[in-house]
Amino acid sequence: MLESLKGAWRYRQFIATSIRHELVTRFARSRIGGAWMIIHPLSMVLIYALILSAVLSAKLPGIESQYAYAIYLTAGMLGWSLFSEILNRCLGVFIENANLMKKLVFPKIALPVIITGSCLINNLALFVVILVVFAVLGHFTPSTLPWVIVLTGITVLLALGLGLMLGILNVFIRDIGQLMPIVLQFLFWFTPVVYPAEIVPASLQKLIAFNPLFHLVGAYHDVLAYGQAPSLTALAALTVLGAGLVLISALLFRKASPEMVDAL
Amino acid sequence: MSQATQTTQTPPATPKPLLEVRELGKSYRRYRNELMRVASWFSPVKPLDETWILRDINFDVAQGEAVGIVGQNGAGKSTLLKMITGTLRPTEGYIRTHGRVAAILELGMGFNGELTGRQNVLHSAGLMGFTHAQVDGAMADIEAFAEIGDYFDKPMRVYSSGMQMRVAFSVATAFRPEILIVDEALSVGDAYFQHKSFDRIREFQRQGTSLLIVSHDKAAIQSLCDRAILLEQGRVLEDGLPQDIMDYYNALIAKKENDRVEITPLDSGQIQTRSGSGEATVKQISLHAANGNALDVVDVGQAVELRITVAIHTNLPELVVGYKLKDRVGQDVFGTNTWHTHQIEKQLTAGEVLTYRMRFNANLGPGSYSVSLSLHSSDTHLIHNYQWVDHALVFQMVNMEKDFFLGSSWVMPAIECERHVATSSEPNESV
Repeated sequence: MLESLKGAWRYRQFIATSIRHELVTRFARSRIGGAWMIIHPLSMVLIYALILSAVLSAKLPGIESQYAYAIYLTAGMLGWSLFSEILNRCLGVFIENANLMKKLVFPKIALPVIITGSCLINNLALFVVILVVFAVLGHFTPSTLPWVIVLTGITVLLALGLGLMLGILNVFIRDIGQLMPIVLQFLFWFTPVVYPAEIVPASLQKLIAFNPLFHLVGAYHDVLAYGQAPSLTALAALTVLGAGLVLISALLFRKASPEMVDAL
Repeated sequence: MSQATQTTQTPPATPKPLLEVRELGKSYRRYRNELMRVASWFSPVKPLDETWILRDINFDVAQGEAVGIVGQNGAGKSTLLKMITGTLRPTEGYIRTHGRVAAILELGMGFNGELTGRQNVLHSAGLMGFTHAQVDGAMADIEAFAEIGDYFDKPMRVYSSGMQMRVAFSVATAFRPEILIVDEALSVGDAYFQHKSFDRIREFQRQGTSLLIVSHDKAAIQSLCDRAILLEQGRVLEDGLPQDIMDYYNALIAKKENDRVEITPLDSGQIQTRSGSGEATVKQISLHAANGNALDVVDVGQAVELRITVAIHTNLPELVVGYKLKDRVGQDVFGTNTWHTHQIEKQLTAGEVLTYRMRFNANLGPGSYSVSLSLHSSDTHLIHNYQWVDHALVFQMVNMEKDFFLGSSWVMPAIECERHVATSSEPNESV
């Protein structure tokens, strides 16, 4: 583990240019370049804020704004999008970089680090846009904002742990790559992102509590929408779960790596 | 990273090999399903079967040594090289390397068309494990070596493939590795750059880099390597001097290609390039050295004999035998026939066998050449074409002793040069 972290440090140059190149190529030859990085999340947030709020102007208990639903939705989205983006990219990371892995020797840990880096940049852009829109809507929760850093860390841990585990298995059992988007869809709808947790029938409340993302997205709601500190027990449990998943992934990688390139 | 003996620039007195390969083996295991494979990482699950790609490989490579890895397709060459590079893990045995291993097998990995040459260099060198500062230090050299001018700062998508190769080669060899794996057939653009690249590889070797050269080209192995290793079905069949190894290798291939050399009459599976009415046919064609040994690698200027055996199947009034040498791309290099040389054989009877010995000095440039044959009745094969065989024989020219030259002909000049001081009335004529 420590050895691979050292490897990542030695390859920091490769990691840095990879992340930069990913951004550069995304906006290469477009006129306004990097501005698209803001426009995409902005349009998403605006659609939620303006259109959905007008259609579904239902007030949510605990938020004093006519845009309550939009605020709730975007707060949850910030967490969900980071989780699903990292998970999705980890799922295909080894297969997509098969050529590189077959031809060159480099610490493989660089690959998830690159993914994390570029997803964090995207998430940061979304976060900035959300803050601006919230401020315009007159919704501001400065005291709980620093929690976002902690939540981001936990989200990355969970997404990497689960994503790498599945990404490694996906090299050998490609069905996983096909199955996961479906599972992720289910997971999305079993997580209160677009609906308030309260509307879930009591009989299902117990079941939904087993979904770690329920707690994660809930914490994002607390911090960004309700302006209250998240549940520490939930965060502690999520951290333990995330760390556990990362450790399992690391172990799995150690076992799988001698055969990994053979299967690519 | 390498606590290895970095005895750069000191003469190769160090007996310690840069590369040690011991009991090396690689197998691919098949399981009932992939879930069983995953289970096998954690518990003893028996695979359905195990296919050994390589086994019992043992060899050392000393500092500054150039070793050719020879073998037919599927012999395990690339598996071996991948394990030496480190991308594949051995199933058994080990490889010990002292110093950095670099491979010039596939250049331009990870290049991105939207980025400039400079940016791609930075990225590519990063992928080799170098830091920004190290790359910056070498950037000027890389740019100078690639010789692509202003293009270096333009997006790579506007590059020609040759330019891309130039940049790729320049980065790949920006830092001298201890062990360099080279695919000889690798084309790095134009002939000029090709030579420049090989000069650089040679220079590395002089400074102590060991070379592992993989090639199908017998000529290249003989001219580049101090030693060769012949792989056959995943084992080291021979390890020795390139000449000996190539002889062995040729024998191995000859077994496979026998039917191409020994042309039998009434062959039902005739190749398309063979045509003719068949009154006379080529029984055998071979190339021999002056001492009579069969050859398929010929040194520039070497005296050789092209031996052609012709069988006559019906009584014929006359027979002309012609041959033509073509280079790799099918250009005629030389051709003649026995009509032009006034050696027409007349009144042949069925059952007769004629042996022609065409002796000449192979004053040809390095590369691959093929021999086409024709048997006919008068000056051209258009009238009474008995038989026409394209690519009846293929041989390699290799420059082992002569000074370097370009082209397909060896027409070595005697060069004289006079130097004198230009008089003031006469303008300096030098360009």
